[in-house]
Amino acid sequence: MTKTYDAIVIGAGHNGLICGAYLAKAGKSVLILDANEQPGGACITREFAPFYKVSAGAHLLHLLRPEVLSELGISFDLAAENLGTIALAENGQHVTFGANSIGGIDVSADDIEAYPKFKSRMLEFAETLAPLMLKKPPRIGKTDFEDVKTGIKLGWDIRFGLGKEKMQDFLRIVGINIFDVLNEVFDHDLVKGAIGFDAVMGTHMGPRTPTSVLSYLYRLTGEAGGNGLAVPKGGMGAVTAALADAAQKGGAEIRLSAPVKRIVTSDGVATGVEIDGGEIVSAPIVISNADPKRTFLSLLGARHVEAGFAHRINKIRIRGSVAKLHLALNGVPQFSGVDDTARGERLVIAPSMQHVERAFDHSKYGEMSEHPVMEITIPSLHDSSLAPEGKHVLSANILYAPYTLKTGWDSGKEIFLKKVLQTIERYAPGISDLVAHQELLTPVDLENEFHMTGGHWHHGEFGIDQLLMMRPTYGAAQYKTPLPGLYLCGAGSHPGGGVMGAAGRNAAKVILRGETN
Amino acid sequence: MKTYDAIVIGAGHNGLTNAAFLAKAGLDVVVVERNEYIGGATVSRNLYEDWYYSNCSYVCSLLRPEIYRALNLAKHGLQVVPYGGGVTFMQNGDFFGNYEDHEVQYREMRRHSPRDADAYERYSADVLRYCRFIRPFLLRTPPDPTSFKPRDIQELMYLAKKLYDLGEEQVYEFMRFFTMSVGEFLDEYFECDVIKTHMAGSGIIGTALGPYSPGTAYVLLHHYMGDLDGNVGSWGFSRGGMGSVSKAIAGALEELGGEIRTNAGVDKILVKNGEAKGVVLENGEEIQSRIVVSNLDAKRTFLKCMDPKDLPSEVIEKAKNFKIRGSSGKLNIALDGLPDFPALPKGSSLLRGDFHFIDSLERMERAYDDWKNGTWSQDPYVDTLIPTQVDPTMAPPGKHFMSVFVQYCPPTLADGEWTDEKRDAFGKTVIDQMAEYSPNIKDLILHAEVRTPRELENEVGLTEGNIFQGELTLDQLLFNRPFPGYGQYRGPVRGMYMCGSSTHPGGGVMAAPGANAAREILLDLKQGNTVPEDFGDD
Repeated sequence: MTKTYDAIVIGAGHNGLICGAYLAKAGKSVLILDANEQPGGACITREFAPFYKVSAGAHLLHLLRPEVLSELGISFDLAAENLGTIALAENGQHVTFGANSIGGIDVSADDIEAYPKFKSRMLEFAETLAPLMLKKPPRIGKTDFEDVKTGIKLGWDIRFGLGKEKMQDFLRIVGINIFDVLNEVFDHDLVKGAIGFDAVMGTHMGPRTPTSVLSYLYRLTGEAGGNGLAVPKGGMGAVTAALADAAQKGGAEIRLSAPVKRIVTSDGVATGVEIDGGEIVSAPIVISNADPKRTFLSLLGARHVEAGFAHRINKIRIRGSVAKLHLALNGVPQFSGVDDTARGERLVIAPSMQHVERAFDHSKYGEMSEHPVMEITIPSLHDSSLAPEGKHVLSANILYAPYTLKTGWDSGKEIFLKKVLQTIERYAPGISDLVAHQELLTPVDLENEFHMTGGHWHHGEFGIDQLLMMRPTYGAAQYKTPLPGLYLCGAGSHPGGGVMGAAGRNAAKVILRGETN
Repeated sequence: MKTYDAIVIGAGHNGLTNAAFLAKAGLDVVVVERNEYIGGATVSRNLYEDWYYSNCSYVCSLLRPEIYRALNLAKHGLQVVPYGGGVTFMQNGDFFGNYEDHEVQYREMRRHSPRDADAYERYSADVLRYCRFIRPFLLRTPPDPTSFKPRDIQELMYLAKKLYDLGEEQVYEFMRFFTMSVGEFLDEYFECDVIKTHMAGSGIIGTALGPYSPGTAYVLLHHYMGDLDGNVGSWGFSRGGMGSVSKAIAGALEELGGEIRTNAGVDKILVKNGEAKGVVLENGEEIQSRIVVSNLDAKRTFLKCMDPKDLPSEVIEKAKNFKIRGSSGKLNIALDGLPDFPALPKGSSLLRGDFHFIDSLERMERAYDDWKNGTWSQDPYVDTLIPTQVDPTMAPPGKHFMSVFVQYCPPTLADGEWTDEKRDAFGKTVIDQMAEYSPNIKDLILHAEVRTPRELENEVGLTEGNIFQGELTLDQLLFNRPFPGYGQYRGPVRGMYMCGSSTHPGGGVMAAPGANAAREILLDLKQGNTVPEDFGDD
């Protein structure tokens, strides 16, 4: 009745689009389905108040792999690039972070001297890990040529790329927490607070949580590849619009407002999907850009996989802890001590690592942070298309807002919003009077809008036990799944999310190589 | 002046073990100890009338059976008496008991959660498998992954082979286990909070991490892999208190011709021309030797007992960055009689094991938050035992000794250093918690010794009062213990070695570091090895 395709991609998030585009480029007929009205998943621009637009999910671009752009021939304009970071202080004595330097009135000479060393040390480690991002995670004890190559290359890079002493340092810190590492290097609370904040943003971790160094290195892989923090012109939606464009030009079809109800199987093989309303579309290859829990437990159904596998999927930790704040402002907000030229940088409120840790402690018990920490951008300073003339939009990631708030987000949202605004007001006195509209997306809202379980950015927590060949779990870590014909291409797979595009590209490669279970 | 073959600094159980194996190879060895008594943290102390407190370490399980046999510790009076039982008291008046009888245990778990009772088999099998994987490594020297020496490569191959034998899925499971938090690990099996909490305790004891901090699942193993008479995971009391362990090892050492000098604190390790030549005692006396072995923790060894100019600067840096945070306190209590616990039936066998008063992982995690914020836990996790029910030699007839291990207690407080008043307030917090479950316990207390990390550091010499001589985190395990490049017991100076819990495989009364260090020393000195190999899986 309906057309059959070579492959169906569930979800037009950036990874779904990238995967679809690669398949289309290789000559496959591809259908990309998405529940929402616009493609992009959590990488979109949308109006949140009349005439005010914002990047509703991810709001800064820094990890997207250049290989993806060049191979798919994608381009978009940047409104700003290589943003610096300012660690805000209530008294205005903030610390500024450039690519390779820090500055500030009360930053000690020792810290200033230590920073470039620290940064290059970390970047070198990130560089060592970066090639791994574009490989399928190697399986252990198997003799797949690709896997052996990946393993040998990693071992070689660690031993000979880094050399003996750096390798020892790498092996020591890679499993520990950023709290200890920063205390070994720096004195200034704001310096440590801001770096510690970067290490844990988007995860369910505090700076003292072991493995937070690894999530920091993950973040740095973008910078290691030469990407600074950037604001795309037209918001993050411009990136996915370009991706959608490339996919369509390659021949892929994108259907929007078409939520997939279930993955259709026949004799233990994926054969297509059923769209809400009952329409069945068939394809021998079904690729899910949805998170692993949604994919296996909701779309497929646990009964189609063996019990042990279903159990492991069920136990994936996927609790979002970040809320998103959007403010429509009637004027330019004034942050204490931040002058006109600096206001467009990334502003971080994380007074100290202890402060971040305490904010995290609340989230462990299903409580919202009493004193939230956050990353603020004002994209309209770089891109006037986002707000009416003279007006501005502020977009912020707020930590910690646990997905499972004990008191429930229905009543909690107002209270949290108030705490957040009070915090911002302390750093930007008078900003409350400028607010024309406000929107707070809790992890529950993010889950509802972007269909990500737990509202988790990365479709699954960043613990070592959920990385590499254990992401999302073994048996599905190489984009193939136990169900023949079903593949994964989202952030829940290696290497993870953050608008990097590696998962989508890696999945396409595996599929095009004809790998099956 | 006499020159010894070896001086071992510190007569803790590892120092004594190390010296005993060296003496067994015919070396002329002296162990120098700062305190007037031997044993370090493995002691039975007579601090009140006729009571003998195991006032630091308090139970025995990890001591390697190979060492027990090689040094003939039974002959020297070491007798380990197994105990069973254990209970977690709940806030609602109920309890979760740990019964020795398998069927009874199953029924008890069912009472709390039928699902968990069924999951327990799977859990036990998995943990046992991880134990069996790890145990052969306890008496081996960790390979240096940066080295190309045949021996290191051989050891790495051995590790690879062991992993390969596990099979692909089990390797992943093991990697997950190794990096997970104990809370998440238990969440994968159990649903009932009190059951999880009862089991999670072992994952946090002695560590400055909470039950939901990654890496704590491994610590759980660290308390599981001991065995008594081949029963993996079982625990016992050393008859006469933990001092009997060090006394037995010291007995073996002296029989083999080794010397022990107490009241002989070391001020500095003597280094001449880049070689360790002996030690200078606090009283100024010099003792010379061919080699020096330090049983002190890595921080104390390198930062207090060595001259910085004798050390490469990277070692000083690494020693400074060594994580050795005190997180535990201890109460040693003389009791007039057995306390009542109304939640339990009179005379319950459960009390013969370890008991605890925290019944949820959230309370445990909050106890950790207090530590992070620089206070002792207001609602602490305690590991309490009354060994005199099984071993009556530690107290007068009818009286009891109670050992209360407390997690968490910080080395310094947010409002400054410890004082005697604060120490007593800490003790009161712990006793008040117990009194909620035992109405008569306060009346039974005849004497209580309260120890914070301050006392542990000052009296035992453990930096910051860390019971493991350094955190058991991923960065400080195996070849990274105490620090990268020095994971094979050899110090940065020729003729200088480390044999304490700061080295692989870490703390606990295991004696493995001492034995492993002896093997390396004998190898360097080209003496025949006297250190036994792992018995293997029997």
